[in-house]
Amino acid sequence: MSSGIPLQYFLILATIMFFAGVYGFLTRRNLITILMSVELILNSVNINFLAFNRYLYPHKLEGMFFSIFVIAVAASEAAVAIAIIINIYRRFTTINVEDVNELKY
Amino acid sequence: MASNQIMFILFAAMIVVFSILTVTSRKILRAAVFLLFVLVSTSGLYFMLNYQFLAAVQLTLYAGGIVVLIIFSILLTSHISQKFESSGWKKNIFSALAALTGAILSIITILDYSFSATKEAAQEVNMKLIGKSLLSVDYDGYVLPFEVISVLLLAAMIAAIVIAKKGAPKKSVLPHLNQE
Repeated sequence: MSSGIPLQYFLILATIMFFAGVYGFLTRRNLITILMSVELILNSVNINFLAFNRYLYPHKLEGMFFSIFVIAVAASEAAVAIAIIINIYRRFTTINVEDVNELKY
Repeated sequence: MASNQIMFILFAAMIVVFSILTVTSRKILRAAVFLLFVLVSTSGLYFMLNYQFLAAVQLTLYAGGIVVLIIFSILLTSHISQKFESSGWKKNIFSALAALTGAILSIITILDYSFSATKEAAQEVNMKLIGKSLLSVDYDGYVLPFEVISVLLLAAMIAAIVIAKKGAPKKSVLPHLNQE
């Protein structure tokens, strides 16, 4: 299925996706859009793991299992982050990172 | 040009265009839908690499679970028609400069390095093998990370419930937001 496509194309694609996520992380000011940028970054790392696994070490499964664990960590991170965001919205009635600038006291 | 190359170009173009739109769109719900497109095309790439199980996990967990969670929290916390005011041009330009510099450096490094593949025969990835490796304690087994990740998921679930639980009603601590 992946014959005729060099490994470098996958890596360049993942690089562009990763740095799009970095750009969003730096410029966005809404907490949910920052979370979406983090999801982009994690997803691009998964593409790298799978491409390396398929092209360079096809007799092993390490890249695949590592991306399964990355997906699980991303899911739990999203759940906890959204719970925190909803709690912040209840307290401050905004989720703009520049208005949310103090902790409990 | 073979059909798989055409499919790769299609998925790659979708990923590049929609991931840039995700981080630049001014309407938050549109950004979430663009993120959904990125995740679905990524699972297409996994199918091309012959990891069917992982592609299915990507579709159900990312595209089905996380995006729905994000859209729900958007609906809870923002007004749909509200547009973001753009952050200052200085911040935009310097962030774009940082991202572009990093991307160009990484791409130059990737093109410079000669990757060498092993000559060993490719292994068929089927569900039986995945299940056995996840629960095996041998050299190739992954039972320890599997158990750790199960504890992490349980902790995250409990933490999400405890944090989002409704406490006593509190006034907003920002005085200018208490007017309504």
